[in-house]
Amino acid sequence: MNAIPTLEVKALHKKFGQNEVLKGIDLVANQGDVISILGSSGSGKSTFLRCINLLEMPNAGDVYVKGELIQMKPLKNGERVPANQKQVEAIRARLAMVFQGFNLWSHMTVLQNIIEAPVHVLGIPKKQAIEQAHEYLNKVGLYDRRDYYPGHLSGGQQQRAAIARALAVDPEVMLFDEPTSALDPELVGEVLTVMRKLAEEGRTMLVVTHEMAFARDVSNKVMFLHQGLVEEEGAPELIFTQPKSARFKQFISSVY
Amino acid sequence: MLLDLQGYEGTILAGAWITLEVALLSLLLAVVLGMLGALAKLSSIAFIRWWATLYTTVIRGIPDLILMMLIFFGGQIFINEFNVTLNDWLNEYFAGQNPNHEWTSYLPDYVDVSPFFAGVVTIGFIFGAYMAETFRGAIIAVDKGQLEAARAYGMSSMMVFRRVMFPQMMRHALPGFGNNWLVLLKTTALVSIIGLEDMVKAAGDAGGSTQMPFTFYFVVALIFLVFTAISTSLLNLAEKKYAIVSR
Repeated sequence: MNAIPTLEVKALHKKFGQNEVLKGIDLVANQGDVISILGSSGSGKSTFLRCINLLEMPNAGDVYVKGELIQMKPLKNGERVPANQKQVEAIRARLAMVFQGFNLWSHMTVLQNIIEAPVHVLGIPKKQAIEQAHEYLNKVGLYDRRDYYPGHLSGGQQQRAAIARALAVDPEVMLFDEPTSALDPELVGEVLTVMRKLAEEGRTMLVVTHEMAFARDVSNKVMFLHQGLVEEEGAPELIFTQPKSARFKQFISSVY
Repeated sequence: MLLDLQGYEGTILAGAWITLEVALLSLLLAVVLGMLGALAKLSSIAFIRWWATLYTTVIRGIPDLILMMLIFFGGQIFINEFNVTLNDWLNEYFAGQNPNHEWTSYLPDYVDVSPFFAGVVTIGFIFGAYMAETFRGAIIAVDKGQLEAARAYGMSSMMVFRRVMFPQMMRHALPGFGNNWLVLLKTTALVSIIGLEDMVKAAGDAGGSTQMPFTFYFVVALIFLVFTAISTSLLNLAEKKYAIVSR
């Protein structure tokens, strides 16, 4: 069996001016993989995630979604831009991102947030989108809050709504960018519970996180970034018990 | 009776209608120019930013009255010169193609710029500059994460603007927009100077012939007040519509 990976990243490089943040990162995510991306701040882990859906433009390297290469073209100044904006938009709709700061659209209710991309980007009939939205709202436990505006919800509720919004496009990969870092400690649990449920359902997930317990117990792969390179990676039960890299060992002990 | 208009009611009302027309058309032009100006000011291309800054700096730095005179008189000269030059150029071009070509006026050789047109263009141009500042501030005030989320879910730039940027910037733009509109509405009074039959001119004329200038200007003042009061309540409704609920 050599099925096409759901997501494949090859030799990804990213520079901000002179500062090289990512120095060649590879990643393969197969259907149902839950990959936790760890690293101290400044290690480039968020930038890596944002390069995958091209919120940042990688300077070099390729991203394939279900075998489809995202076409890039170089500019004179050494930066690259999408060769085909329509392709990027279509691919972004297949990769849903959950942000650290939730970024729910504040002028829409929770339900409107959830049906926005299905109706306006994917062209699903509104009635059908609403029916599906109800299902996702139930899944994240916010059905009775569907007509609230984000500003009336707690951080944990907002993040669960944002997860429902991500589910609504039925993405091939879900990208979580530090989904619990902006939450009060007592609200972290409810979000992690939802994420755990998604992992059990077989969603393919990339999770940039500081939650060691989640990385260890929920993900099937862990990637530790340090100064723009993969310092250590592997199955969590292996690398948490027998870390090879001294830096990763130090990282684990400092976080625990 | 103070408000006996001596049969001039119709003239004043017709003038009020012209005032409203000038104001609304100028507003339309100002909003278009303002939006373009705001986007230009936020452009990543220095050249475009420079032109937008020149526009807002020059327009905001010159009195409205002077600008109106410049555009009314200068605009006429400019348009006619331009038409003549373009006619000459087109005729020479076609004569080169076809030796039997007869001289034709493709564009009128002489255009009389109407006070109405000059008024609308001038006021639109002036308030375009103020709107540009208002809209620029409103665009900056929208949280970048909101736009990023829109892009991350596959929206095109147009859709990001229509679905997220516009409704969110309205909240920040409306107070400034409302101010600009009230000042714009009142600025239309200047158009009477270049001969437009708006309600200010009508009041001046009627006041002159009846020897009752106070009465007519008082009526005009009342009509302006009615216009601005209606505007204010409409703006309040709009602000409610675009208000974003927060904790």
